[in-house]
Amino acid sequence: MAHIQINNLSREFVNRRKKEREGNGLDYGEKVSVLENINIEVEDGEMVCLLGPSGCGKSTLLRILAGFDKQTSGTVLIDGKEVTGPSSDNIFVFQHSGLLPWMTVGENVELGLRHMEDEQAKKVEIQEYIEMVELDGFEDHYPRQLSGGMQRRAELARALAVNPDILIMDEPFNGLDFLTHMKMREEVVNMHQFLGKTVFIVTHDIDDALIMGDRVVVFSKRPSQVKMNQKLDFPHPRIVFNKQTELSQLRDELFLMLGVSYAV
Amino acid sequence: MMTETHSTLTKNIAPVLSFTVLVLVWEATVRLSGWDTNVLPGPYKVLESMTELIANGSIFKHTVASLFRVTLGFYIAAILGIPLGIILGRSQIASILFSPVISFLRPISPLAWIPLAMLWFGIGDKPAIFLIFLASFFPIVMATTVAVHSINPTYFYVAANFNFSRTEVIQKVVIPAIIPDVITALRLSVAIAWVVVVAAEMIAVQSGLGYLILDSRNGLRMDYVMDGMIVIGLIGLFLDYIMRRLSRIESASWGVKQA
Repeated sequence: MAHIQINNLSREFVNRRKKEREGNGLDYGEKVSVLENINIEVEDGEMVCLLGPSGCGKSTLLRILAGFDKQTSGTVLIDGKEVTGPSSDNIFVFQHSGLLPWMTVGENVELGLRHMEDEQAKKVEIQEYIEMVELDGFEDHYPRQLSGGMQRRAELARALAVNPDILIMDEPFNGLDFLTHMKMREEVVNMHQFLGKTVFIVTHDIDDALIMGDRVVVFSKRPSQVKMNQKLDFPHPRIVFNKQTELSQLRDELFLMLGVSYAV
Repeated sequence: MMTETHSTLTKNIAPVLSFTVLVLVWEATVRLSGWDTNVLPGPYKVLESMTELIANGSIFKHTVASLFRVTLGFYIAAILGIPLGIILGRSQIASILFSPVISFLRPISPLAWIPLAMLWFGIGDKPAIFLIFLASFFPIVMATTVAVHSINPTYFYVAANFNFSRTEVIQKVVIPAIIPDVITALRLSVAIAWVVVVAAEMIAVQSGLGYLILDSRNGLRMDYVMDGMIVIGLIGLFLDYIMRRLSRIESASWGVKQA
């Protein structure tokens, strides 16, 4: 669990393309502002879902939060301390598989536990996390031998095994088929209720945000600013459609905000 | 099931068939050309002289000499070339410093080094090994550097996220990631090394398959020349087979079935 405070955060990129990219009208060396004065506060153990049009810098924010990228100005404080670089306290779950393909599921999960002295205890713990994501029996499989959904679960197990304060997930359900997506979403909600970690998720799926989030943050188009930041104080399991009118209204509002007039 | 047995059968029979055709064309050429057997010996004569060389053991002596030089030169090239390739791939400063020099030296044919090699190392195994080293070193360095550059950056983020030390990044990310590409590079460069050993042995030494060919030419024994060529071809085939087996090891093949 950790408290995150993002203050006046901005990120600019310098255009390094000599040839003008179709339609963007940028000159070489010109600065592009991606994030502009972002202020977000996340409480301990909150699950935040970040929505926004594509290319608005959601992933950039995650990368800054994880210490993979540096902001141009502003600060990111985690439990009052500034983020200076990557750390195993904040584990990033990648959009495309971040599992190391030359290691088995077991070896991948072991990465976060590799400094444990007691071999026996380590084995037990690896097994525990593999069972948590229901991958028992697949310890010795290589990632390529698993389906997309199983790969995500394996990566989740690896992330949880580190016992991080914050889980940072970049479109974790992207590319999964419909049912796997639903199941995986359920698992993340259960995991969050069970372990109570602070979770920061980027998604483009409004229903994911409404069903999972304790808080939903919406970014505008580039240069991104916070367009909405709302706490979702609804009990789980949430049924977005029809039954919880308040959520349903919020859903219509979000669709409208992201440029869709008639939501299905 | 049916197609499977069929395909393994074709796989085994097809090469035999094509070699048979090769020998038949050879024999036909000998008969139709009307050339003297001293100029173009036929398959039978070559086989006969091969048994002579086997009987007196000289073919083994030469083969072992050649294989020894290739193995040693190739190993030295791999032992120095792969780490250098990794350094050039990982460090921008090293790359800026050394890459131009390597790009300059690389296109110079190893054979151009023969005069210097002989002057520096004299006659014997050393100059030949040096030439084989040169022939395989640069392709290995280049291929390793390219392989390191093409590692998916996500894996380095994962490494940073899990607080990998520098050594761990090399051990757990860089080396396993480049293995499939490096094995391909080794396979190609062992073939180059095998080509070069024959040329090197024609000049700098008194043994080896290259020397056998040169010496037989001087003695006008074209059948021995052809025996030498056949053994070179067979060993080339064998080396390629070994390298291909190497790339099938589980941990080395992660990249093949990916995507």
